[in-house]
Parts: sequence; structure tokens; C-alpha cells
Amino acid sequence: MRRSFIERTLAALLRAMEHAAASERLSGGRGFLQSVDPRVKLLGCISLIVAAAVSRRLTLLGVLFVAVAVVALATRIPAAQLLRAWAILFAFTAAIALPALFTTPGDAIGSVAGLTITLQGMRSAAFLVSRVETSATLGLILVASTPWSRLIAALRSLHVPAAVVLIISMTYRYIFLLLRTAEEMFTARRSRSVGALRPAERRRMATSTAGVLLGKSMTLADGVYDAMRSRGFRGEVYLLDDFRMRSRDWGAAAVFAAAAALAFWRGLR
Amino acid sequence: MTDALFEVRAVRYAYDSLPALNGLDLTIRRGSRVALLGANGSGKSTFLRLLDALDFAQEGTIRFDGETLTPERLDDDAFAHSFRSRVGLVFQNPDVQLFNATVLDELAFAPLQLRLEKQEIRQRIDHVMNELDIAPLAGRPPHRLSMGEKKRVAIASVLVIDPEVLLLDEPTASLDPRSQSEIINLLAGWSGDARTAVTATHDLGIVEDIADHCVVFESGRVVAEGPPREIVQNEELLYRTGLLHAHRHRHESGVVHSHPHLHRHGDHEHSE
Repeated sequence: MRRSFIERTLAALLRAMEHAAASERLSGGRGFLQSVDPRVKLLGCISLIVAAAVSRRLTLLGVLFVAVAVVALATRIPAAQLLRAWAILFAFTAAIALPALFTTPGDAIGSVAGLTITLQGMRSAAFLVSRVETSATLGLILVASTPWSRLIAALRSLHVPAAVVLIISMTYRYIFLLLRTAEEMFTARRSRSVGALRPAERRRMATSTAGVLLGKSMTLADGVYDAMRSRGFRGEVYLLDDFRMRSRDWGAAAVFAAAAALAFWRGLR
Repeated sequence: MTDALFEVRAVRYAYDSLPALNGLDLTIRRGSRVALLGANGSGKSTFLRLLDALDFAQEGTIRFDGETLTPERLDDDAFAHSFRSRVGLVFQNPDVQLFNATVLDELAFAPLQLRLEKQEIRQRIDHVMNELDIAPLAGRPPHRLSMGEKKRVAIASVLVIDPEVLLLDEPTASLDPRSQSEIINLLAGWSGDARTAVTATHDLGIVEDIADHCVVFESGRVVAEGPPREIVQNEELLYRTGLLHAHRHRHESGVVHSHPHLHRHGDHEHSE
């Protein structure tokens, strides 16, 4: 039986979650950045993302992207995974940037279907795509080289509010469970359905499933809150973060700081 | 110091208009191992929630070590800290109980909330991980564990606070025989003068291993109490309370017929 759009989306999300598991394995393995303190990587990647976002030079963005790609490969992120991520991001951002080619005023460099493409439009689109690709690659490096729990602890040690850290942590924890539940609900319903449903019936099924899933989520949330209270939760969250900077971490921090400073200096000139 | 740890008097509790506990009276003695027996919906889980002060009696009283459990009492930081340090509940569904990113974080959660020293927390975690043989799971996310592993981690997440009272809701439900056996061995080994265990279950096969006193629930009331052997041999009581059922059984002669279902120590005991 042909599966609906929602079921296909759920299946794709579950496959993405399997990739998350692979990422956990990668982050626990050997690689260029795996053994660096998560706080250094977090601050370093954020600094470089900001530098890329404010850069006014395409050449700098190009250099930064190449450097980041080399680091990603040294971190042992599979090339196929990188290429897939870049292709998806390119398709997504190119679709957003496309109108800029034609609508940005400036010097004409060509035309498509009677619409004029301007040099300034090309530059705007190139800025958007290169910033997104560079920033996303930095994010990928961070996530792929750092176990999730260490990343969460790093956020906390950098004084991100404990409630925010807990919400992020629990979202990651329970999204697997809720996605699996949603997929099972659709499968259970399909196993008791005969023939193809009409569009109106499919919509009704999707909305009622969403309602039931919301109910289950609420029950789960209540249960989790009770489990937290039962173990002493009183509104404050404390984490067992015990980071210690080693010489290797200081070295990585210096490289990140130098790269970010250079990127800011050259990008803003 | 009184021998009674929990004193439950005329307790009523209802979910909206659906009664769960109907005038419950029970005393749980310090150092005892109590099995709460009852069919689904008999009020066992609700009772455990009240003993853990997650919910409170709508009528009647529950006293813990002489202190009445009320929302106001649990609002008191000192009392709440003391109570949560002394009483731990293992939920039936480990997916509810295990909400942290890794097993290690899970084990650290309660001691951190109780503001123990980090050095002591690490020692406790090491100890409980070795006791329950879960050290290799430390860095793994709980949702990737098997049900048996999740149950062990859930129990460890409570044992790490070294509670005086361990409340367990269906600890062997949904487990394969090997995992069931591991959990039973663990619970059988968790005893001592100052340790009190209250286990809700409808598995008659485990009560003699995990309890020295049985309490039978029916429709939110206690209908019988006594030593495990006495209770599991009272077929009339077990039938009436939905704990014993007829099942079809094929004998070597090929004859198939129904008789009560009661397993103990791997033997198949039945009356015909």
C-alpha cells in the first residue's frame, strides 16, 4: 500500500535519527577534533560562524569554507555525508537566493527566460550560499566530533541557563520515542485499513493521530516530571560537568581564536 | 523510634470521578519487604505514588516516620530533601524514568539534586554501576538500551541515592525470563534492618523471592494480608482478585484442559 506524505516524512525522520546514532559513534572515535574540550569547540565554532555571517568578502568566505571542509575531513566525517549535507543545503538556499539574481539592481551579466541576471544579484546569492554552507559545516563538525552529553554539559558550563539545557537535552531524548510512537500508530492504522483512503479520510486520520500523539506526549511529560520530582527535582537543575583544560585544548583554543580574529579582521575590512 | 514506617489510614483517592483507592488502611513496618498484589486497576500504582508523595490522599492520612505527607509538608525544603533522600520510586515504564542524555547523567541526576559532593556522587555511581553490572552502558543514551538494561538503569538511578525505602512498580513487567531473574536476584539481595522494599506486582511467581509480607488489593482496598506462601496458596482469594486465571494446558497423554495458572520456582503447580 502506498504510504502517505506524513508516513514517508516520519520514516525519513527516523532514518535521520539513525544517522544521529552514527554521529554518536563518530564523536566517540578518533579524529582531529574529537579529543578537544567541547567548550573550546563550541566557542570556536560559534566565533567562526559569526565571522562568516558578518564577512563582506566572498574570497574570505571561500577560504573559510575550504579550511572548514579540510577540518571536517580530518575529523573523519565521511566525505559522502559531507557532500550530501552540502547538496541539500545548496538546493535549499539556492531556492531562497534565486529571486535575488533577478531582483537585485545592478550591472546585467546575462538573462534567463527574459529575466535579467545582475552581478550584484549573483554576489548576494553567492554570499548567502557560502555563509550557509560554511556555518552548517561548522555545526556538523561540532556535533559529529562531540558526544551529545558532553555538548550539553559544555552549554551548561558556559552558563547557558540550566532550564534551557534541560529542555534541549530532553527534546533530544524524547523525540526518538515520540517519532517511533507516531510511526507505530500509522502502521497500526494502516494494518487495519482496507483499500486506499480518500483525501478527506487521510486528512482526518492524520489530524486524529496528531491529537492522540499530543495526548500521549502530555502523559509522557507528566510522567517524566513526576520521575524528576521523585528524585529530588525542585526547579533547579544541576549537572555533573567536570571539564579540565589540557595543553592540547589551550592550543586548539589559540588556533580557533586566531582563525576567528583573522576572519573578522579580513572580513570586515 | 516506632516500628511503623508508613501508616496509611482511611485513604481515598480518585482520578476525576474514577475512584482508585477506597478507604485504604495499611501499616508498612521498617525493614519489611512488602509485595502489593492486585490485578490491573486495583490501585497498586496509585498507592505507590502516594507513598512517594507524588500525589496526596484526598481523604485520610499517610504518615511517613511520624510525619503526615501533605503538599505543604513537601514544600518545606528540608523535609523534601530528607524525604527524597530516604524514599525512592522505580517507575513501571523506564522510558518515563530515564530522561537524561546518557546513563551516567541518569545516575548522577538524583544525587546532584540532593546536593551531594561531586566526589561522593562519582563514588556512588561507580559502586552502583558495578553492583548492577551496567558500567559498560555509562556513556550510552537510555533510548538505545534493551528493556532489561533500561530496567536495571532505572533501578540503579534510585539505588544511587542509597534510599531506606525502595518502591517498585511492576519491576519485572515486559522482561524476558533472564532479565526477570536478574532483577529478582537484585531485589532479593537488597535487604537489611533499615531497608524497606514495597513492590507492586501481579506476578505470583516472584513474591516469595522479593517479599516477606503480601498485601492483596482489590478495587482500591486491602482485602487480605499475610505471609507470601499463605497468600499464594489461597486460590479462592487469588481467583476473586483476578490474580489467578484458568489456562489451557496439554498433558503428556494429549488431554487438554483448563486449570489455575500458578508458576513457582520453574515448577508448574496446579489443582485439578
